Amino acid sequence: MITLSDFLIISAALFCIGLYIILAKRNAIQILIGIELMLNAAILNLVAFGKYDKINNGGQVFALFAIVLAAATTAVALAIILNVYRRYNTIDPGKVNNLGD
Amino acid sequence: MTLIKVLFYLLGFIAIASALYVAGSKNLMRSIFMFFVTLFALAGLYVLSLADFVAVTQIVIYVGGILVLILFAFMLSGRETLNTIQDTENKLISLTKLPAIILAVLFFVVMVKVLYSTHPDSLNWIQQSVKSGNAIQPETKLIDNIGINLMTKYLLPFESISILLLLALVGAAHLSRKEQQA
Repeated sequence: MITLSDFLIISAALFCIGLYIILAKRNAIQILIGIELMLNAAILNLVAFGKYDKINNGGQVFALFAIVLAAATTAVALAIILNVYRRYNTIDPGKVNNLGD
Repeated sequence: MTLIKVLFYLLGFIAIASALYVAGSKNLMRSIFMFFVTLFALAGLYVLSLADFVAVTQIVIYVGGILVLILFAFMLSGRETLNTIQDTENKLISLTKLPAIILAVLFFVVMVKVLYSTHPDSLNWIQQSVKSGNAIQPETKLIDNIGINLMTKYLLPFESISILLLLALVGAAHLSRKEQQA
């Protein structure tokens, strides 16, 4: 039988890899991938704990909500990235240093 | 060592290894496609955690939606994105990335420490749910129960998240529209 802590360790490792990507990369798309990785680690935790809730399904239902939220986040973030690229010709977040007007 | 245990370790290894490749790759295209592999391995882990509906949703929304969006943005933002990656990679790698590595590893150590000091498998409510038969068994039919719960108990979050999704899509369409002369 797979124990709960196995899932939690994998999820912690994925979370830390996502944290590293966000801190170390100089590219907005890669930072977005790091955020998605951290979100997936959180969803894995929700699903792993949701195994012990057959009647209410709290964990699984909120995992579904988290997936939908991630989709919404990505759509808006990519629109912002495309706008930034159009204006600055780069998507390095460190080089974006002007306000709109 | 049962088959399910072997599958679990295999999928966990694939997920973590491909995530590490995403973190270390110098090629943005390859790292995006390795992210595919991470998402599929995570879907397999959801299945092993007896959440097959979430696994299918993960494949449909993440692989079908989010990853295609990321690829789309990558294609639209052109060569410049590739050049910035190569520039940063040529400099001293260890010096600029050392703080990030240290922070991530320390965070991992802290989380594992917390995990082992709480003993998640012997938590009170989990013991109770196993004892009262509330834990999901492999032969449980769950999808109809999820549907009923989604429409009764979790109706308010369901509706509010649908409104949020609509707002986000309208906002994204508005943001990515061509600018008028102004």
